[in-house]
Order: sequence, then structure tokens, then C-alpha cells
Amino acid sequence: MSDAAQAVEELSKEYRWGFVTDIEADSAPPGLNEDIIRFISAKKEEPEWLLQWRLKAYRAWCKMAEPEWAKLGYDAIDFQKIIYYSAPKQKKKLSSLDEVDPTLLEAYEKLGIPLDEQKRLAGVAVDAVFDSVSVTTTYKETLAEAGVIFCSFSEAVKDHPELVKKYLGTVVPQRDNFFAALNCAVFTDGSFVYIPEGVRCPMELSTYFRINAANTGQFERTLIIAEKGSHVSYLEGCTAPQRDENQLHAAVVELVALDDAEIKYSTVQNWYPGDDEGRGGIYNFVTKRGACLGDRSKISWTQVETGSAVTWKYPSCLLLGDDSVGEFYSVAVTAKRQQADTGTKMIHRGRNSRSTIISKGISAARSHNSYRGLVDIGPKAEGARNFSQCDSMLIGNQCGAHTFPYIESRCPSAVVEHEATTSRIAEDQLFYLRQRGLSEEDAINIIVSGFCKEVFKELPMEFAVEATKLLSLSLEGAVG
Amino acid sequence: MTTLLDIKGLHVAIEGQAILKGLDLTIGAGEVHAIMGPNGSGKSTLAHVLAGRPEYEITAGSIEYRGQDLVELEPEERSREGLFLAFQYPVAIPGVANLYFLREALNAHREHRGEPALDAPAFMKRVRQEMTKVGMRQDLLKRDLNEGFSGGEKKRNEIFQMLMLEPVLAVLDETDSGLDIDALQTVAKGVNAMRTEQRSFVVVTHYQRLLDHIVPDHVHVLADGRIIHSGDQSLAHKLEAEGYGWLEEVA
Repeated sequence: MSDAAQAVEELSKEYRWGFVTDIEADSAPPGLNEDIIRFISAKKEEPEWLLQWRLKAYRAWCKMAEPEWAKLGYDAIDFQKIIYYSAPKQKKKLSSLDEVDPTLLEAYEKLGIPLDEQKRLAGVAVDAVFDSVSVTTTYKETLAEAGVIFCSFSEAVKDHPELVKKYLGTVVPQRDNFFAALNCAVFTDGSFVYIPEGVRCPMELSTYFRINAANTGQFERTLIIAEKGSHVSYLEGCTAPQRDENQLHAAVVELVALDDAEIKYSTVQNWYPGDDEGRGGIYNFVTKRGACLGDRSKISWTQVETGSAVTWKYPSCLLLGDDSVGEFYSVAVTAKRQQADTGTKMIHRGRNSRSTIISKGISAARSHNSYRGLVDIGPKAEGARNFSQCDSMLIGNQCGAHTFPYIESRCPSAVVEHEATTSRIAEDQLFYLRQRGLSEEDAINIIVSGFCKEVFKELPMEFAVEATKLLSLSLEGAVG
Repeated sequence: MTTLLDIKGLHVAIEGQAILKGLDLTIGAGEVHAIMGPNGSGKSTLAHVLAGRPEYEITAGSIEYRGQDLVELEPEERSREGLFLAFQYPVAIPGVANLYFLREALNAHREHRGEPALDAPAFMKRVRQEMTKVGMRQDLLKRDLNEGFSGGEKKRNEIFQMLMLEPVLAVLDETDSGLDIDALQTVAKGVNAMRTEQRSFVVVTHYQRLLDHIVPDHVHVLADGRIIHSGDQSLAHKLEAEGYGWLEEVA
């Protein structure tokens, strides 16, 4: 066996975010029925219209079947065993960060996300979501001065119901798919962003999701609205404790960009991937979609996916406006027994709409990594263009890489280009770097980050460094 | 004179097939040894075995380098202990900038010697100093490592790395192949500038013309996995003129 392959055999990375925070929680009993949904809605003091919206989604979900088309194998999820609501117990409403339970602050500190006033990440506003609720949002006042609304989804329902009502479920309809419908019924919290006309958001916005409680699902919901001529860059990060059982994460993200607006959405996903034998880990079934409603609007997805036992995720763009632009930059790393089926959909409807897809898949150990993407060009999307590039890299010989591109064009003037490559991390590349004095581990890291460079350069600066580190941690122990 | 490298009765196999069959070679500090020989005689294998290429299995014999058992060292440890291999076919590594890679490598060496890492200005100063010696173009430094380099550019880059890493023993594996005469002279100049009483070279080559520029102390003929004849520079000329045929009779 080759050195690299042997090394991968010994892959035994420790998941550094695997700790559990011992905190009293206010939880719903496990299981799902209309009473649970009423319970969640009541806990969140929601208006009647939202409760009815949830119930409608639940009734639709009951009639839907779990999708089976993805190249994923996992034990059936027992939806009656999951806890759909868990919140850290709080004695009263919080008026400032000083009142947040210090255990919670410590938990975020451990994750490297300082929330307290003195240590805040410079230039980045953070919304921290712990299990089912948002703990705090930093820099709220600074943002308010620019007219930007950045708050938890629950707060938005209370303070800006007209905006929520207008856009909720317009990009991802309730019945869009099984997991989206489930999310509509039971979503707990998430982030809400509103950028007024002509405003360039003065700082990066970031949400940090943490699943802590056992047997709990996380169903967050994010809605970002960029009015005409506005601009925002948003980043989400996620981790979870190391547990033997699988936990479900089924989020929905909706983006709306009006004329000349631009939304840049970046994800660094690092949910617990399970152990070497495939025990435990997060099931990540996520629906993310952006609508370029306005002319010349632009939505750009950048994702670095290193975690989760199973990932099912296709951040997509509906390019409705003329001259609108959709982008998808993805790095998906799978090690251990992880499985990822991820990609994008670019739906071209506007004239001269353009899209770019750059996907980099890296598989190590006994993992499987699939790219699945759809480019759909409607008959009226004259002059639409797409460029797709899907590259896969294999480390060792027990992993798999797969590419499933779907192209549907009903417009003769459209131009679609697709390129795909698969390479094995070459023994002679490793040997060359080691001959120059680099350890095998450093050599692998250098080769892999070179492979991902096109995607990393799309990340906001602060997070590009984090993503590079995360990548090397995911492959740590990939060498013996 | 101190012995730098001592190879005794070396047998090497690749995927079960014997390539080196009892090779002996001793190299003293400050010496330049040329290894010549027909195709398939094991010249490149010898170069890669010294650098520790994992696929090559040592079935018998020993290699002592600076008083250590070389076989016990990982490729990166050999490198940090001053063993450099200029590859015949340097690989490309997409997305990795040439300079970035070189700085990582240099600092790995410095760390091994207990020296602090070079900061960016100090590193760039060294780079500028060495690149002119081999006529490296500035833009090649910023490009991805060997990606889209011409054959000659790759070889210059190998010698440039050698100058930067200042090895104790440099093994040049057919560095002259694919080089025009100007490039050959530049490469030779780089090597000659590095010759000291401590530093030794093993020059693997097919052609005597490189040896006009890098004058060896010893020339060895490798055939069928063993050194069958040794001499001085005049041997290289004789081989150029008469080929290897006459050696079979001698052997």
C-alpha cells in the first residue's frame, strides 16, 4: 500500500469542538405532532398567522416521502425520537449581554467566537444560535445606524412582521421538498437580515450555530432581503458536540436580491462528522436558495463543507432578473465514513443571466463525495451563460468521488460549458515536497489548499484563514 | 578526508524487480562524482533511493550518510539533514505558489537546525541573491510550482531551490537533459558557485558535455545495477567517444 493510503488508514482526527456544555434546558418532549408545533409557536410567542403557516406545512409534510435519489446511505431517521425544541433556560428576558448565562458565553469562547464586549471579532457582527434559540447578536446598534436589521428570526417575527410575512416561503415554498417542509413546521430560530435600498452593509454579518442538547434536531431558518442597490456579505459557521447517535440538522435559507443588489453568502460547515467507524455525526439536510428578483442582481454562494456524517445540500440561484448573476464556489471535504451529496442549481430565466459553478471535492479514508448540479435555462433566457468546473481529488484508494451534472437548455442562444477532472493526490507530488523538507502532513495540506485556492479566495478574509485551518484539521491524521 | 556517503553492497527492488545489485560507492566531503551508464542501468534509481523514495525497497546493503544510517531516515529528515535531489522530471503542484512553497521548505530546514524562521523581507533578500545566479525569471517565482514551466525553466527552478536550501550532498538526476547550451552553462555556473570543501555532488548524466562545465573528481560507470568501472574526467570523454561496449570486455 502506498504511504498516503496507509496514512489515511490511520486517520484518527480528534474533533475539537466535540465538548458538551452542561446547561439547564427547557425542552419539548421528543416526537412530532400538531401539539408540538403549537408548543413551539407558543414558546416563541408567535402570532396566529405563523402558527397556521407552520400547521399547513406540517400537514403537507405528513403526506411527503423522504427523498432517496441522492447517493447517500444512512439508517432511516425516526422523526418521533427527535426533540424539536430545546432552549437554554433563562430566568428572564435579557436586556444586555451581561445577563447571558456565563456558561453559554464560555461555550462560545471555547469555539473561538467571543461574544463579550471587549473581545468581539473586529468588523464582524455575530448572531449566536444555541440549540433552538438565538443567544445574542453583537453590534446591533452600529448596524441600526446604517438602517440594517440583523436580528434573530424570532425577533424579526415580533418587530418586523410585515417583512417576514412578505418574503417567508417565497423562495423556498413549503412543499419544495421533504426537509424544507419539515423545517417550515418546526423551525425554531435563525437569523434575519434586511438591507435597505442603496445601503452597503458596513460590516460582515455572521451567524454561529451550535447544537448542544442530545437527541435534538436543529431547524434554523434564515431570511436575507437586499433591497435595490444594496450589498451584504454574510457568513455562517456551525459545530456540534461529539455524540454516538446521529442528530438531524434541516435548515432553510432564503435570499432575496432586488435590482442591482448583491448578496454574498459564505458557509463554513463543521458539524461533528462521526467517528472512524461512522458512528454518530450530524445528518445535514439543508435547503438554501436565493432569488435574484431584480435586474442586475447578484447572489454568490461560497461553502466550505468539512463536517457532518451526511450532507445533502444544494445552494441554488433563481436568476429571474435580466443580467442577474449567480455564483457557487464549493469545497467539500469528506474523511472517515462521511458522505456528501452537494452541488447547486442555477435556474436561468432572465435574459443575459450568467452563472459560475466551481466545485472542489476532496475525499479521504472511506468517504464518498458527490457533486450534483443542475443548470436549467428557460426559453426566454436569451444570451444566458453558464460555466461549470467540478474537480475531485482522492486521497487513498478506499474513497469515492462522483459527479452528476444535469444540463437542461431550452434556449438556443444560451452557452453552457462544463469541465470536470478527477485526480489522485499523487505519490510523486508528496515525495517532491517531502524531498524539500516538508513533513508528509504539511505536504498534503499544501497540495490540498492549492487545489482549493480558487474557492478560498472567494471567502471573506477573516474566514479564509479559518477555512484553511479547518481543512488541515479535517485531514489531520490522514497521514501516519 | 572525511567520508560523507558510504554505500555498501546495495540491492534495491521496485515491485519485486531487482534494479540495483550490489552497488558500492564512497563519496568524500567536497567531491564531485559523476554517474554515467546506459539506459536502464539504475542511475535514476540510485538518485531516488538516496532521497528515500517510498516505492523503492532496499533488499540488502547499507547506506551511511554523515555517520547516520540513511535508510532509517524519512525523506523529509534526509532533506533537512542536507540531502538534496534535483529531479529529472519535477512535478507541478497547481495552486501552490513557487515562492510560498520555497519559504515553507526553507523554514522547515531552519527549524530543524534550531534557527528562527526567516521573515518575508529577509527571505526575499535571499531569493533575489540566488535567482540571478541561475537566471530565474521573476514571474516564475509567483507562478504555481512548476505549473506550465518549460523543461528548461523547471531545471533552473531545481537549481534555484538547491541554492536556497544549501545542501551538504546534492544529487543531480539528469539535470542536463532537455537543456540548451546556454541553460546548461547557467546551471553549471550555479553548481560551481556552490562547490566548497564540505559540499559534495552526485551528478547523474548521459552526456559528457555537462562534465565539461562541472568538472568531476570521479566518474563511475553504472551497468546492470553495479558500478563496473571508475576513473577520472578522461573516462567521460572516452565513454562519449567509444560508448559503453568496450567496458563489457573489461568487466
